Amino acid sequence: MELPGQTQLSHMEEFMEGIWKQNPVFVMVLGMCPVLAVSVSAVNSLSMGIATTFVLVCSTLLVSLIRKLVPKEVRIATYIVIIATFVTVVDYLIQAISLAVYEALGAFIQLIVVNCIILGRAEAHASKNPPLRTVVNALGMGLGFTLGLFALGSVREILGAGKLFGLSLFGPDFQPWVVMVLPPGGFFVLGAWLLLFNWLKNSKVEGALVKPLEGHHHA
Amino acid sequence: MTGTAVVTVTSSRAMVATLGLVATLCGVLIVSAYQGTLGAVSANKRIALERAVFKVIPGAASMKEFVATGAGIEPAAGQSSGDGVKFYAAYGPTGELKGIAAEGGATGYADVVRILYAYDPGRQAITGLGVVGMRETPGIGDKIITDQAFLANFQALDVRLDADGKALANPVRAVKNGSKRNPWEIDAISGATVTSKAVGKGINDSAQRLLPLLAPNLDKVRSK
Amino acid sequence: MHDISAGQIFVSAVLANNFVLAMFLGLCPFLGVSGRLNTAAPMGAATTFVMLVASLCAYGLNWLVVHFDLEFLRLISYIVVIASAVQLVEMVMKKYSPALFRALGIYLPLITTNCAVLGVALFQTAREYSFIQSLTFAAGAGAGFTLALVLMAGLRERLNLARVPNVVQGTALSLMLAGLLSLAFMGFAGLGAGE
Repeated sequence: MELPGQTQLSHMEEFMEGIWKQNPVFVMVLGMCPVLAVSVSAVNSLSMGIATTFVLVCSTLLVSLIRKLVPKEVRIATYIVIIATFVTVVDYLIQAISLAVYEALGAFIQLIVVNCIILGRAEAHASKNPPLRTVVNALGMGLGFTLGLFALGSVREILGAGKLFGLSLFGPDFQPWVVMVLPPGGFFVLGAWLLLFNWLKNSKVEGALVKPLEGHHHA
Repeated sequence: MTGTAVVTVTSSRAMVATLGLVATLCGVLIVSAYQGTLGAVSANKRIALERAVFKVIPGAASMKEFVATGAGIEPAAGQSSGDGVKFYAAYGPTGELKGIAAEGGATGYADVVRILYAYDPGRQAITGLGVVGMRETPGIGDKIITDQAFLANFQALDVRLDADGKALANPVRAVKNGSKRNPWEIDAISGATVTSKAVGKGINDSAQRLLPLLAPNLDKVRSK
Repeated sequence: MHDISAGQIFVSAVLANNFVLAMFLGLCPFLGVSGRLNTAAPMGAATTFVMLVASLCAYGLNWLVVHFDLEFLRLISYIVVIASAVQLVEMVMKKYSPALFRALGIYLPLITTNCAVLGVALFQTAREYSFIQSLTFAAGAGAGFTLALVLMAGLRERLNLARVPNVVQGTALSLMLAGLLSLAFMGFAGLGAGE
């Protein structure tokens, strides 16, 4: 089912969509709660990204498979049940793989269920597209989300603890900016990343048009 | 959820059937994931717990979980146990009792600080401290696991019971850095007094409940 | 944790462990709806209300799943029951109190999938709060959310009048503001600690 005026994307473009043009963290600014809460270290960020990607891919695949069977009145309810199922599954999987990661992510594993990206993808994409296309798109989105988390987590770990993946980077004389691994640091680092992207975009557009651009507003 | 002008009415049966189908499918998925990971999860939990207990009780080689209630002491039956106080008895390689470990917790600077302490029944003292979980300020509150002077408080922290055996003779408490005078006081870390006090309160609350129940029944856990 | 007083839980949830600024829960509405003061307050009130409903449901459900040894169904039952309960409340409110519905009702569907609401349910379970403690916690979390939302809205209304470079506008600026607020709220840390 295509919307008028929208050309069918190739699978590659579909995949890149979530990584660049519609990156959930930097462009759509969706699902911020886990992004800010668990990104105190690179490892936590990656685990959270992988867990979210897993739930995203599995639930959108299932939604896409049954998209023609589900009456639209019970659409959202069905999606929520499906997402909650895969979150429960991933919750047990993480516990089985590493208890340390499970403790570090805490309640935010279960809170994947209310991550707006997943319900958003199920509703906006998976319910209208065949399984393969959906999975490709979901993988791109998940990867984009993971990259965003990693960008945040690595910066916070480097500045806030002087480490990356638990390895000391600067030697014993480095005085860590503890604030970076505390809650305010999350807001600051994400803000700084968005600033960087805004600046890149603005300078590109201004270079081409020589005309000041309205800063884009978050809807 | 019906925003369009032309509403095609879906029968309730179709809706219920869809939801039922999806729910069944999801139920199967959840249950199989639960069953499939149950072994690994409980093994992981046991290993993590053993590691924590063995760390506060050096020399321990195995452990058993018990629950102390007003009626006596029983081996823990897996599930959480209502009113009782849970504790772990750790044994050396030959099966002799090396010490008792129990959990405690109190609100610290940011959130609850959960600790595990070791109790030596012979000396009636706390002989080790470990942290199970906390969100204290990195570099300040988390000194409670790295600061050697602070950890020295737990080489022999006095928790003798009073004459009736109903409570500790002297409540455990953390005092300001440098003002420790008695063996039941904890010398707080300078600059992390709130976290240190949480540790003291956590130990005190837990020991006040556990030790009076444990003392008369100590023989039950004496050997494996 | 049976020994924490209700007052401590409330203060901790509002200030020291503010849901938005220290725990990062409910950021979507925090960034999305905090543009204007006159929508921020009702949104906060509606969220608090939903949190109380969710807390009630979660307390009952948790008793059920523990009683029947079905812990693996906890999450799915929480989300389904909370969503249904909120819709039910919405319908009842629409029928019997249209004025209240107009004030709060439009926000209700949005809030159901707000992570702060599920967060209340999950945290009260993880911390083994009693019934009263749970409700206090929910009320505190709601009050804290409202406080953060209103403060943020006030700041952003002021900011509309300020001259800000184009490149900083939008979400980046909101996040920087939130960071400053969060920094300020860190001053409350330690308030919940008992002697």
